Amino acid sequence: MSQALIELVKKNFPAAVLETHSQLGDETIVLAPESWQEVCRFLKENPQSDMNMLTDLTAVDFPSREPRFEVVAHFYSLTRGHRLRLKARVGDRDGETVELGTLTDLWGSANWLERECFDMMGVKFIGHPDLRRILLYPEFEGHPLRKDYPAEKIQPLLQYRDEPNIEKVAPFGVDEGMSFGRQTHKVGIYTDEDGDSGARRKVISPADN
Amino acid sequence: MEPLDQDLDESELELPTEPMLLNVGPAHPAMHGTVRIVMELSGEIIERCDVQVGYLHRGFEKMCERGTWTQVFPYVDRCNYVSPMLNNVGFALAGEKMLGITVPERCQWYRMILGELARMSDHLTCDGAMAMELGAFTPFLWMIKCREMLWEIMEEETGARLTHSFGRIGGMAAPPTDGFKEHVKAVVKHILSVLDEVERLLLGNRIFLDRLENVGIISAEDAISLGWTGPCLRAAGVPYDVRKAHPYLKYGEVDFDVPVGSTSDSFDRFMVRIAEMRQSARIIDQCVARMPDTGPVNVDDPRVILPPKEEVYNTIEGTIQHFKIVMEGLKLPAGEVYSYTEAGNGELGFYLVSDGSGTPHRVRIRPPCFLVTAGLERVITGQMMADVVPSFGSLNMIGGECDR
Repeated sequence: MSQALIELVKKNFPAAVLETHSQLGDETIVLAPESWQEVCRFLKENPQSDMNMLTDLTAVDFPSREPRFEVVAHFYSLTRGHRLRLKARVGDRDGETVELGTLTDLWGSANWLERECFDMMGVKFIGHPDLRRILLYPEFEGHPLRKDYPAEKIQPLLQYRDEPNIEKVAPFGVDEGMSFGRQTHKVGIYTDEDGDSGARRKVISPADN
Repeated sequence: MEPLDQDLDESELELPTEPMLLNVGPAHPAMHGTVRIVMELSGEIIERCDVQVGYLHRGFEKMCERGTWTQVFPYVDRCNYVSPMLNNVGFALAGEKMLGITVPERCQWYRMILGELARMSDHLTCDGAMAMELGAFTPFLWMIKCREMLWEIMEEETGARLTHSFGRIGGMAAPPTDGFKEHVKAVVKHILSVLDEVERLLLGNRIFLDRLENVGIISAEDAISLGWTGPCLRAAGVPYDVRKAHPYLKYGEVDFDVPVGSTSDSFDRFMVRIAEMRQSARIIDQCVARMPDTGPVNVDDPRVILPPKEEVYNTIEGTIQHFKIVMEGLKLPAGEVYSYTEAGNGELGFYLVSDGSGTPHRVRIRPPCFLVTAGLERVITGQMMADVVPSFGSLNMIGGECDR
């Protein structure tokens, strides 16, 4: 049923489709990251696909691959009853520049889903209106669902926050912190000394650079 | 006596007009202890607000990557602590989809009965808590008493009231007990009578209706765009139910309706849940009538199901099979799968990525609550401050699932 969707995307964006498969009945298209927004807009607005719901958006870390991250979005059409999974592969090996265009202007659900994806995986969504951590706190160092984040890692103890911006409600500007004195977070940088072996890991804070 | 302000001209009065910031939660009881809302108030009207979640984040998705596939079950239990059985079954179905196996018929009916009982317990809790937050304590106690009866069934079947860890990839941990059907029938009958009483008690109550009707409205387009599913979306008039739209287990073979609301206010969300409990009772009736009393519950597949204990202790094959499943974990084929079921709050999705080993590469739980809570900002902006509590209550946010 949704095999036709793959054909539809292939026909309209021959250069954007890198790979397709239908494993276990889940139709999947791997897109070139630069056409991510364009294809999503097409899928939402084209009456043949009519993807009115972005049900899920997440990322998967493959530390040995380049590009390292796979951003995975699941779409559903309430009117047509079909589903589609879109993927984009982004990010370099050390996970410093992981960027993808935002879908917030197309689906309301993209707002929180992208914030969670940023929080957990460190994928930066370009154009997101309010990209700050959602499940973790602003001072958290690193992105815990990355494979090079050790599960036993302990975060530093925080001081009580002062309250410089008590009169503001989100969304905030870059340096404005969160309301009631929350501060913008620092993005920790992680290096893996032994490549993928996972034997020793070192955490470098931005101040050490 | 003369009034104090008699010689004050009104133009001289300095009335403060700047908006007021108010912080609600996370320790506020109506915020479930896990959600914080920062509101900008103009008088009593909420001009802007920021909903902050994450106070119950325990890193389940990370922990899932450390054990075997079977060891994920206790985590999904603790994601939704009101209807854990639905999460158990949802995850088991995802693993089975990946392996390409189908559980025997008896197990499918059994899973449906347990799942619908869990759905009833979910809705009882939500509706009861909604009534309690508006000051109606009696219906809450009645409904929680009903939930207690459901949990007694669960305890009898699984050994645990709340965190069952009862699902298995390829079946269930144990077959149904002897008196299961009679017990279920008696409890469901009692719950239906309590629902009637609750309706009589609440639906003629002026205060209850005034607080819920035409409050917390969201348009169907907004709800769809926000990715709402489950009772909240159906209250907006969109008849999307995974059990009807994409039947799994035996839902295609049973007869039930999908209740929808019309105005998409808090009252509709309350009533949709009441109506769904009645539909669940219908489903349970049909399942109890059709579930065979004998026959296997687990698939006959030594790769995924532990052998019986007497074989483990008496035969070398049984010992090896047991050792391999326990120590290495059952192996799902390399690849990815997205499996979705209808949980208490909507579409519960599991996106699993396997590298072919016994340990998950990635377990993504698509929580229905997370996206419903994302819509809270749109629901309460422009409302009175006092309406936050019933509006938030009607969304049935489950902290464990929202924050994971």
